[in-house]
Amino acid sequence: MSKKDLGLLILILVVGAVVTAINPRFLLPINLANTSNLIGLFGILSIGQAFVIITGGIELSVGSLIALLGTLFIDFIAVRGMDWPVAFVLIILLGAIIGLAHGWLITKLKLQPFVVTLCGLLIYRGVARFYTADGTAGFAFGQNFPDLEFLTAGRSWGVPNSFIALIVIAIVMWVVLHRSVFGRYLYAIGKNEEAAKYSGIRTGRVVTSAYVICGVLTALSAIYFAMYTRSISPASHGQFYELYAIAAAVLGGFSLRGGEGSLIGVLLGTVLLQELQNLVNLLGIPSSLNFAVMGGVILIGVLVDQQWGVFRARRRMMEATRQNVAGAPAE
Amino acid sequence: MTPTDTTQSTTAPFLSLEAVRKTYPGVVALDRFSMEVHPGEVIGLVGENGAGKSTLMKILGGVTRPDSGTVKVDGTAHDGLTVEQSIGSGIAFVHQELNLFENLDVAANIFFGREPLRAGPLKLVDRARLREMVAPLLKRVGANFSADTPVASLSLAQQQMVEIAKALSIRARLVILDEPTSSLPMAETEKLLDVIKGLKAEGISVIFISHRLHEVERVADRVVVLRDGTLAGTLAKSQINHDEMVRLMIGRMLKEREKAGEAARAPGAVALSADAIRTSTYPDRPVSLELRRGEILGLAGLVGSGRTELARVLFGIDERLAGAVALEGKSLNVASAADAVANGIFLVPEDRKLTGILLDLSIAQNISLPNLPAHARRTLVSTNAELATAEKQKKNLGIKAPSVLTRTGTLSGGNQQKVVLAKWLAMNPKVMILDEPTRGIDIGAKAEIYGLMRALADAGVAVLMISSDMEEVIGVSDRIAVMHEGQISGILDKQEFSQENVLLLAVGKKPKLLQLAGGAQ
Repeated sequence: MSKKDLGLLILILVVGAVVTAINPRFLLPINLANTSNLIGLFGILSIGQAFVIITGGIELSVGSLIALLGTLFIDFIAVRGMDWPVAFVLIILLGAIIGLAHGWLITKLKLQPFVVTLCGLLIYRGVARFYTADGTAGFAFGQNFPDLEFLTAGRSWGVPNSFIALIVIAIVMWVVLHRSVFGRYLYAIGKNEEAAKYSGIRTGRVVTSAYVICGVLTALSAIYFAMYTRSISPASHGQFYELYAIAAAVLGGFSLRGGEGSLIGVLLGTVLLQELQNLVNLLGIPSSLNFAVMGGVILIGVLVDQQWGVFRARRRMMEATRQNVAGAPAE
Repeated sequence: MTPTDTTQSTTAPFLSLEAVRKTYPGVVALDRFSMEVHPGEVIGLVGENGAGKSTLMKILGGVTRPDSGTVKVDGTAHDGLTVEQSIGSGIAFVHQELNLFENLDVAANIFFGREPLRAGPLKLVDRARLREMVAPLLKRVGANFSADTPVASLSLAQQQMVEIAKALSIRARLVILDEPTSSLPMAETEKLLDVIKGLKAEGISVIFISHRLHEVERVADRVVVLRDGTLAGTLAKSQINHDEMVRLMIGRMLKEREKAGEAARAPGAVALSADAIRTSTYPDRPVSLELRRGEILGLAGLVGSGRTELARVLFGIDERLAGAVALEGKSLNVASAADAVANGIFLVPEDRKLTGILLDLSIAQNISLPNLPAHARRTLVSTNAELATAEKQKKNLGIKAPSVLTRTGTLSGGNQQKVVLAKWLAMNPKVMILDEPTRGIDIGAKAEIYGLMRALADAGVAVLMISSDMEEVIGVSDRIAVMHEGQISGILDKQEFSQENVLLLAVGKKPKLLQLAGGAQ
């Protein structure tokens, strides 16, 4: 765990302690379970976003995708009577295909990620609304899918299964990002795509894979979100979720220029964001201020991090100078 | 500081340094250093990287103050200059890395921040007057472009002329040129040397800092050699020659040049052949070239003659519009750098920091990057394997760094270049293409890189070296191919090597006193 991540963890604990001191209900099992369920849903989404951001890209369409894929999923199983595992696989595949399309537009046709995914944001939202004729997709009375509901909205030993899913995904993705050849390529491309290409890396494929991973994880979280809300009005479902995901990554130490950030960082970023949401509710802050609180905390976090970096660089220079005075050979 | 009047009689120097000493924590950067610059004098300042040239420049620019000693400008003695004093007394710098706004035109660059304004509250720029002011300056530097040309469309040499015009615009009396020719091709270098002569004729002094000793030899009235922060020697006009400068710079004779002068080797089998390749820069000019095992083929030519483009196509970075490439006789489709790397065709690119290495990664990570799957078990990177490869290469190439985990961005240019070489050497190259491999690298490291190229060739690798440094092309190559406007204008064998022949081919003329070997396609 890096010092940055450790700092974030301490911040999470401090905020938690303060909230508990003011309103002890923070630690009630029901509150913790609810919050960790949301952490699970947003965490899966944010990890996907992180893989794109590490390459120096951005994926703005995930909020709309959650609406579109969620609508489709519920429509498939509730209206069209499809077996849920089949629908599940279809939705995941669809997420992968959309990620592939984004990657193709970005790497082969050289469009900017911001532009491609902004168009995606508009298109998928529009398609979702059209698909339901601006109505709401939901389950009919009495319809239930015990297995699916247990896996998505259920709990094991009191822990929401969505949170457990996040932990499993996080462990797998940690290995991919921090230990695998592919993960190293992602960082190399994020740092300097040209130099990576000149080292013989097929940068187009690697970047496209990042968008596919993001698409798959977004599709997965879309299913979780759908099963959590159980009814979807595509005009507002998932709105701004791309910003939650980006914010979690930025809070977790990712640079939007690419090449920087850790999986633990984005997890902690998600935790902090959900903790803040919870704080707004528990402390009786008007919920209209929700976004303002989030924005303020992110701004302060990024500022502190940046100033800390400046401070450390200065200290390192001072130390180097002192060592040189002591007579060590210098360049 | 108290200015004292110590004007000397006859030929009062414009600038004189007396016993200047500057230390940084733990290092003596400059010690007991004295020199004089007279009006209209061209001083060649040479020395290896780290010899103290930069410190000297910083003192003259007023960026840093000497610990002791005197800086006398125009007869006025100072303990050290401030930036304002330096500018005020007419000392101007033209840095190796140009400081121009590429998106603005020439006139805007020259008078940036000092534009003549029209009357009125809006303070609009008086464009007509600006142009009038710029025209004579451009004429003085012999510019063949107009004041409203966008800087982005100028060649490097032309951009340097803009910098020099900028210096003239502040009535410079001493122009300090820091490595001005290191990225210039031969013909452009000529233009720059002419500009220096023009400055001299106007009575303006010049300090010309360069690693290209033959240029120093041609243009300098006096050469000042720095070594380890002290004055290694001063050579008067009649004493200036290449070997003497090198001897003073490094305190010994360089062996690599003698070695490079050996007889040509017997050529090996053809390793890489390019047949009528067309690049997108010169779509109507096919290029054919054969590169043999065990040889160093020098690729000379002016900047823009299509050498880098050819290298980029051979390495799969740029698209090949037409033509065929064969490796060891087998036809090969190189559609990406990954294809080239998989087939043992490697490129050491021109721009080390942008494309050669990843500055933020460690030495070990850079070296393993092109061959990462070989350093992994079941797709997980094995740090041990990575470190082992890096340690081996670090030792082989003599990369100077605290450890293989050091960030490559903190290394010197020469050591960074060795890291670029190391990543390819770790993977058994068949064809090694090096684009300006020694640009911006000091003489000691240069010799090592020549040694490495020769060792590669001796091991049977086909080496293609693109270089704008005439001494290098002639000293290192076994054969020289010269490009002119997108085509190979001729290939010279060892016995035909001469600066004149390379230059003639580079400008599209026929070489003297011999028939074209290889022939012009």
